[in-house]
Amino acid sequence: MIGWFGSPASETQITHGQRLWLYITSVITMILLVLPTFIVIPMSFSDSQYLEFPPQTWSTRWYQSYFNSPEWMRATSTSLKAATLTMLVATPIGVLAAYGLHASKLPYLRIAFVLLITPMMVPVVLIAIGAFYAYVKLQILYTMTGLVLAHTLLAIPLVVIVTGSALKTYDMNQENAARSLGAPRWKAFLTITLPQIKFAVIVSGLLAFLTSFDEVVIAMFISGGDNPTLTRNMFNALRDQIDPTIASISTLMIVLTTALMAIAVLAGRAGRTKDSG
Amino acid sequence: MAVTSIDTGMAERSNARGLRSDERLERWRLFGLSSPALLIVLVILLIPTGWLFFVSFIGADGSYSLENYERMITRRSYARIFQTTFQVSLLTTGLCILIGYPLAYFMSQLPTRWANLCLITVLLPFWTSLLVRTYAWLVLLQRQGLVNEWGMTLGLWQEPLRLVHNMNGTLIGMVHIMLPFLILPVYGGMRAIDRDYLKAAANLGASPARAFWTVFFPLSTPGLFAGALMVFILCLGFFVTPAILGGGRVILVSMQIVSNIELFVNWGAASALGVVLLVLTMMVLWIASRFVRLEQMTGGGAR
Repeated sequence: MIGWFGSPASETQITHGQRLWLYITSVITMILLVLPTFIVIPMSFSDSQYLEFPPQTWSTRWYQSYFNSPEWMRATSTSLKAATLTMLVATPIGVLAAYGLHASKLPYLRIAFVLLITPMMVPVVLIAIGAFYAYVKLQILYTMTGLVLAHTLLAIPLVVIVTGSALKTYDMNQENAARSLGAPRWKAFLTITLPQIKFAVIVSGLLAFLTSFDEVVIAMFISGGDNPTLTRNMFNALRDQIDPTIASISTLMIVLTTALMAIAVLAGRAGRTKDSG
Repeated sequence: MAVTSIDTGMAERSNARGLRSDERLERWRLFGLSSPALLIVLVILLIPTGWLFFVSFIGADGSYSLENYERMITRRSYARIFQTTFQVSLLTTGLCILIGYPLAYFMSQLPTRWANLCLITVLLPFWTSLLVRTYAWLVLLQRQGLVNEWGMTLGLWQEPLRLVHNMNGTLIGMVHIMLPFLILPVYGGMRAIDRDYLKAAANLGASPARAFWTVFFPLSTPGLFAGALMVFILCLGFFVTPAILGGGRVILVSMQIVSNIELFVNWGAASALGVVLLVLTMMVLWIASRFVRLEQMTGGGAR
């Protein structure tokens, strides 16, 4: 142990002992990044009206209050439906756009790329009130269609960036070889290119899903009536008081996110082993 | 003989012309693949934003006027809102750099296997719902919350501190949410630095601190700029976390826009604020684009 403190830690002559402060602050930072969110999980099983840690008595009453509430259930199903549809719409549209921009060599490409990633740069509030206005004119305010379209707008930049960066490392000559052997472009894309950027496409899809599922501000304006989203209801509840039901919903959302991230990591590992093999 | 050579020449030329126009057509066709995405951006983002721009110049009586912008200059409350927005954005960005840069450096020094493991602690919050994380902080920081309880048990402070529904809570929550946006590009940039430079510096007699400040740090600045820019831009338009953790005491531009519409149904005022916010964001991006490649901003974050 003492030997490790004195041993060199990098290319320079600095030792691990001299860098101890860096290790300690880094570990603290990592703990602070992850732990605060997870503290919600034990709290959601508390029997008390007040969120306490550790809970004095355990119960699942806040889960019951969530699952037995028609309002929360309706909101949850709206959110899941919107997120699934956003994933199904944004992923193909975004992948097509990324592929088109990558393969075409027109001089206007940069402008198109910048346009496609503007939804990431424009403040969400502005998108929200703009969409509200547009939806009144198009008469799709408070509809699922409207919600999915707006969330697709937010997801497009993510899909284009993730898929686009995967295409950059992909050798287009493979597709050209397939085409010179007589495969039409769509077939060459589906059978040669797509399998090799599969990981990026899966990750983009998951990101699109999460983007929609998490979104609050746009949903505040354009989801309502019979179709409020889960996050919209949560946000309104949070502004009023600290309702422990939110803790149970948060726990379920953490479980969902962790599962999706695990899928992404596994997909990545599968992709990598295939690359190296 | 001469006739045939002219013929083949012409044929070649027309062939070449045909190929070229084919290629141009093909390029346009490929470009067309991005049209559904561009159409959505046009219909749901560009046209409505254009309309907001137009509405911002319409006064309360329905005719053209600059009153929405005048109000912003003449009323003290608006100046304060812009000041708060910049203050919060700058502080959040600064704190993110102070906390995030050492962690990114730490990870960049680890072997890839370990670094990937540590990276999970950055990616997990990145993927977790913003609302859930904000809620967690609300619970932790409240009067009888865990932080106050532990702080008082440990004897760090006697009275419960006011940690939430004010600037403190807003900053804590925002820094926590923005950290991954800073760490990922910074870490990506650091990984790309050739370690041999540091070896060379050490060989030439530089102390570890000197090697870091004269070699490593300058090489890591592009990633740092990109991450800091991303955080700053996102902070300028941030709504959810300050709205919940600020408890109405920290009012940012985005929150004023929402209350202008929800409470006062004043589209002109909301639009004008929106236009100014957008222009400010674009100005920051434009100035930054002279120092840093904007693509880098998204390079790490989209992993």
